[in-house]
Amino acid sequence: MSQYRLNYLEQLEAESIHIFREIAAQFERPALLFSGGKDSITMVHLAKKAFAPGKIPFPLVHIDTGHNFPEALEFRDWLANEVGATLIVRKVEDTIKQRNLTEPKGKFPSRNWLQTYTLLDTIEEFKFDCCIGGARRDEEKARAKERIFSVRDEFGQWNPKLQRPELWNIYNGRIHKGENVRVFPISNWTELDIWNYIRAEKIDLPSIYFAHEREVVVHEGQLVALSEYVKLDDTDTVIKKKVRYRTVGDMTCTAAVESNANTLDEVINEIISTKISERGETRIDDKVTEAAMEDRKKNGYF
Amino acid sequence: MDLLRFITAGSVDDGKSTLIGRLLYDSKNILIDQLEQLEKSTKNRADGEIDLALLTDGLRAEREQGITIDVAYRYFTTPKRKFIIADAPGHVQYTRNMITGASNANLIIILIDARLGVIEQTRRHSIIASLLKIPHVVVAINKMDLIGYSQDVYNNIVIDYAEVATSLGLKNITYIPISALNGDNIVDKSEQIDWYEGKPLLEFLEEVEINNDINLENPRFQVQFVIRPQTEDLHDYRGYAGKVISGIYKTGDKVTVLPAGIETSIAKLEVGGKEVKEVFAPQSVTIQLADDIDISRGDSIVRSTDIPQANNEVEVLMCWLDDKPLQPGNKYYLQHNSRLVRSVVRNIEYKLDVNTLQKEAVEGNVKLNEVVKATIKTASPLVFDSYQHISGTGSAILVDETSNSTVAAVLFAPAPKKE
Repeated sequence: MSQYRLNYLEQLEAESIHIFREIAAQFERPALLFSGGKDSITMVHLAKKAFAPGKIPFPLVHIDTGHNFPEALEFRDWLANEVGATLIVRKVEDTIKQRNLTEPKGKFPSRNWLQTYTLLDTIEEFKFDCCIGGARRDEEKARAKERIFSVRDEFGQWNPKLQRPELWNIYNGRIHKGENVRVFPISNWTELDIWNYIRAEKIDLPSIYFAHEREVVVHEGQLVALSEYVKLDDTDTVIKKKVRYRTVGDMTCTAAVESNANTLDEVINEIISTKISERGETRIDDKVTEAAMEDRKKNGYF
Repeated sequence: MDLLRFITAGSVDDGKSTLIGRLLYDSKNILIDQLEQLEKSTKNRADGEIDLALLTDGLRAEREQGITIDVAYRYFTTPKRKFIIADAPGHVQYTRNMITGASNANLIIILIDARLGVIEQTRRHSIIASLLKIPHVVVAINKMDLIGYSQDVYNNIVIDYAEVATSLGLKNITYIPISALNGDNIVDKSEQIDWYEGKPLLEFLEEVEINNDINLENPRFQVQFVIRPQTEDLHDYRGYAGKVISGIYKTGDKVTVLPAGIETSIAKLEVGGKEVKEVFAPQSVTIQLADDIDISRGDSIVRSTDIPQANNEVEVLMCWLDDKPLQPGNKYYLQHNSRLVRSVVRNIEYKLDVNTLQKEAVEGNVKLNEVVKATIKTASPLVFDSYQHISGTGSAILVDETSNSTVAAVLFAPAPKKE
């Protein structure tokens, strides 16, 4: 009977494809929120498989903070073209100007929080009724409690108390006008599952996921890439290090890790032997308060 | 490496959070920064030991408002298996939490406090496990350290529980004496419990055989989405995308499309865009048929020699999940995988007491957490099996038409015998 068994990656893949097809069937205007990171790249790969030989039946939407790694942007454009998907880019920069928002201050001025405004404006502009996100439940404890189909009110807010029971593989995506649903097809994947799948499926990634030389400053034990967005002061020493990125977010809020890993096998080995969690090691913005993610989600964040 | 999904049933007092924390901690799935946070939160404890229960601590909103969100999911991996834990808190909204968490579980861990033995709550957990047909049951007799690791106490609890299990028809039961607090029989065999000859909990979870739990006998498939690229080279392509709910499909199989009842055969099968000769549960696949038939989302494709029931009236066991009670005469959407039909609940026969399995008369409306036997009438026919036979085609949800909330979990009962 062994020929009729799926390994854990095949099971996760089957579940995610099932979710993608529910999205396409249940919503009129879904969109995939694409960040350029490995999780959203994996989602694009899964979506491609879900609808083959047809094209992915929804656009990729990138909320561009203006603080992105150039390598990630280049990869984004290449991938959208490669899979034949429509790419919609909306810039936080424009939202700041239009809405007269205050730019974040400080040494690492993160526009992470401001993305929410641009996202909600984009949802409004295109009348998206479903936004597909690459969040995983292993990332953080607010996410551990969020549904795969997560209903948001007209302000984009998540209400942890009013989640719909989610039973078997039945997903209820019915909403009122003005509401929208955030759907997380890779909820049940862990960081390591994603890397193992990328290896098994030979999925291309931006080069910054592999070891490269980069000028960085050390901030509270984390390595932050030198860029025009980071404001250095006298206490900083710029050093050259061989690093790779474990997650890819903004240049101001994503830290690099020291690494010699040039191949997927080497990256996976480093991740298996690491003693620090993904968000703990690489996200500068999550450290502000213990409930940082919970707060952002309630305000309409991804 | 495969995947095991399990649910832990019990409340904080049973040591459930400590057990989950212990599994994550001892299997080395806790990382330094998570541990640091834990130590920070534990600081005010006198004994200085890390409080593993805090690993499953909730959101700020829960702490502030004294509420508990029904299910949290935890992940850990050993070299042998990937595990997904549905962590459902045991108190107030109890039945709803457990049904939600248990609906996808291969296995349930029922925690018994060794000092208390089999109590009402144990029975309730077990009744729900039997209603949902969870294939494997682990009875973890916890807090063995507090009863001096007594074999006699353990044996008596096993005898008591076996009676409950027999009355409910529960199968595949494994008993393990543990102390979650001290780590006895969690990852390593306990030296204190040398009289226990079985495996420690984690080893059991790693090795329990779950592949035979998937039904590969009766092919069931529902169309989720019709793929029609309509490009020049794929002008006539029409693929029916969906999940194989149970069974195996092969190219050339004679199949029937339901509820229309039209016969055809399978021309081509694809998984992720690649052509294959056969597909099986629980794969997500695309089926192409030999004939051009009008098929849409929610239609079933089954083997012509193995036809499920099709009816617009179905007897069900139903658990009410919403704060707003069932309104007799109101229409609800019934969502049966990808098939959505309007329905109305009729003839509520009795209410099931989930502590005793007694059938009781229903007075007033059906309220949150109540399990009732009823008949549902649908606007168009459902193609289904009994939950007992195939859980994937035997389950559905009810959705309130006005609030859009998911208000009930529905299990289809076996068809009444014809006279």
